Amino acid sequence: MLKNTRNILTLTTPEGISFSFPLAGPVIRMFAWLIDIIVIVGILSIIGTVLSLAGFLGSDFLNAIFLIVFFAISFGYGMVFEWFMRGQTIGKRVMRIRVMDEQGLKLKFSQVAIRNLLRLVDIMPGLYLVGGVTSLVNSNSQRLGDIAASTVVIRYYRVSEPDFDQIVGGKFNSLREYPHLAARLRQKVSPREAGIALSSLMRRDSLEPDERVNLFGEIAQHFKTKVDFPQEAIDGISDEQYIRNVVDVLFRTRVGSVA
Amino acid sequence: MIIDLKKFMKEEKPRWAELEKLLDRMESNPDDKLDLATVQRFYYLYQRASSDLAKLSTFSFDRETKRHLESLVARSFGEIHETREKAHRLSPINWFFVTLPQTFRRQIKAFWVSLLITCLGVGLGTIAIIVDYDSKSVIMPFSHLQGAPSERVAKEETSVPDDKMPGGMATFSSYLMTHNIKVSIYTMALGMTYGIGTILMLFYNGIILGAVGADYILDGQAVFLFGWLLPHGSVEIPSILLAGQAGFMLAGALIGWKNKALTVRGRLREISSDLVTIVIGLAIFLVWAGIIESFFSQFHAPVLPYSLKIALGSIQLLLLILFLTFSGREKKTKEA
Repeated sequence: MLKNTRNILTLTTPEGISFSFPLAGPVIRMFAWLIDIIVIVGILSIIGTVLSLAGFLGSDFLNAIFLIVFFAISFGYGMVFEWFMRGQTIGKRVMRIRVMDEQGLKLKFSQVAIRNLLRLVDIMPGLYLVGGVTSLVNSNSQRLGDIAASTVVIRYYRVSEPDFDQIVGGKFNSLREYPHLAARLRQKVSPREAGIALSSLMRRDSLEPDERVNLFGEIAQHFKTKVDFPQEAIDGISDEQYIRNVVDVLFRTRVGSVA
Repeated sequence: MIIDLKKFMKEEKPRWAELEKLLDRMESNPDDKLDLATVQRFYYLYQRASSDLAKLSTFSFDRETKRHLESLVARSFGEIHETREKAHRLSPINWFFVTLPQTFRRQIKAFWVSLLITCLGVGLGTIAIIVDYDSKSVIMPFSHLQGAPSERVAKEETSVPDDKMPGGMATFSSYLMTHNIKVSIYTMALGMTYGIGTILMLFYNGIILGAVGADYILDGQAVFLFGWLLPHGSVEIPSILLAGQAGFMLAGALIGWKNKALTVRGRLREISSDLVTIVIGLAIFLVWAGIIESFFSQFHAPVLPYSLKIALGSIQLLLLILFLTFSGREKKTKEA
């Protein structure tokens, strides 16, 4: 079963498990396409240079070879890369997007071939107008080639494991001095709120200093309304340290139970 | 309730790694057959990962781990629930002599539609030239066809083919191949306009063909016409018809001519392999036609007698018809 909600494609397995993929919009796809164009031009330039060195073969033969190579690369680039790189071209890899079957099944060669062959119609009358407009109005952001091939283009992210030790490990946590309040905090905080706290710590190094102070100030303010810890537990610690302590309490129920 | 994420991950990670390893193995070796124990283990790991994902979605909000699990479950889901025929090891000879003609015959109705539209175009082109000869300049936007056919024939029979082909025969040949394949892909792809674009392409192609034919026959140059067109046209024109066939397959899937019980998505999935087979097949035919057109069709009498060219073109057409009609047919077993 598939469902689309605001550029998110959600698939539900017969076991009742749902997983979702953010769909790639026309702009991000256009950037990927521009990168691919640069790569194609680069490949053709290299081939052109190599062929020009083989002048002894005669201009007629070399022109014929170049025409065929030009045609083959223009059409075959997308097919070959998407097939061998599991739905990605170089441009798509750079932009972190991928072609996949719209039902979550394995991508087949026929699907890759059809979506690339129908590019001819999608680029009409120029600058991907047909494909761009179609993907804007289509609920799955599909161009005509994607509709015919039953494929979608999704965004994906680099998946890294959260490093808890780096965030919370081995440091004194003043909130743990009050186990009954820590237990109440765990009870009152929803998984979504806990996730926001964790994400903010995971991404703290990517924030500008001012933004970082403001963000942790806002999040700390929110969590302070959940449970009222005594003043001595929170005195002298920064908002960021407070959130660090909150995450430690929420995600590590028994200190030392796992090393 | 929020789960102890670190403990949860420490316990489950080895199973996720095992599942990922199995998935990598299956994806890199599609022909590899897993033994029963491995399949059972794979299904167990899939269910376990699914359950972990459900647990993580309910009791935690760690996006990174959730995404990692989602990707594992999604890949496993694709492996377990894929019911379409798996890709075989590539066998070009078997594909060409069995799969291609079988696919053509399986989708023969779309081919008949393609042929009918082209014939209508040929009829209109012929009538247009007979009724209003001046319409030739509008119908045929090619400079070398604008003059009187008899003048062209006289010129062709006295010139060397290499001189009239810009860049030489090899360049001309590859130009013809790539151009015709591109036009064919357009004809197929325009099937996405519910067949309207495909109809227009075929009809216009038919009009030009009919007009050229009528023009040469009326001028008494029928022998030259067949000697010029048959060697490459006997493959090129059927290839364009195949492109039309592919276009109408697409249109048929969108409209739902064949199987109304399926959704549009289902119908498009159903024809995808056949569509690609037809397109690759016609591309091969057009490569051959390009070679013939450049290296054979452009030589006229007295270099090559028209009778030889017409005979070879006719034999080629006959062979193509026989190939598409009979190749890859399974022998009927006698019923007891």
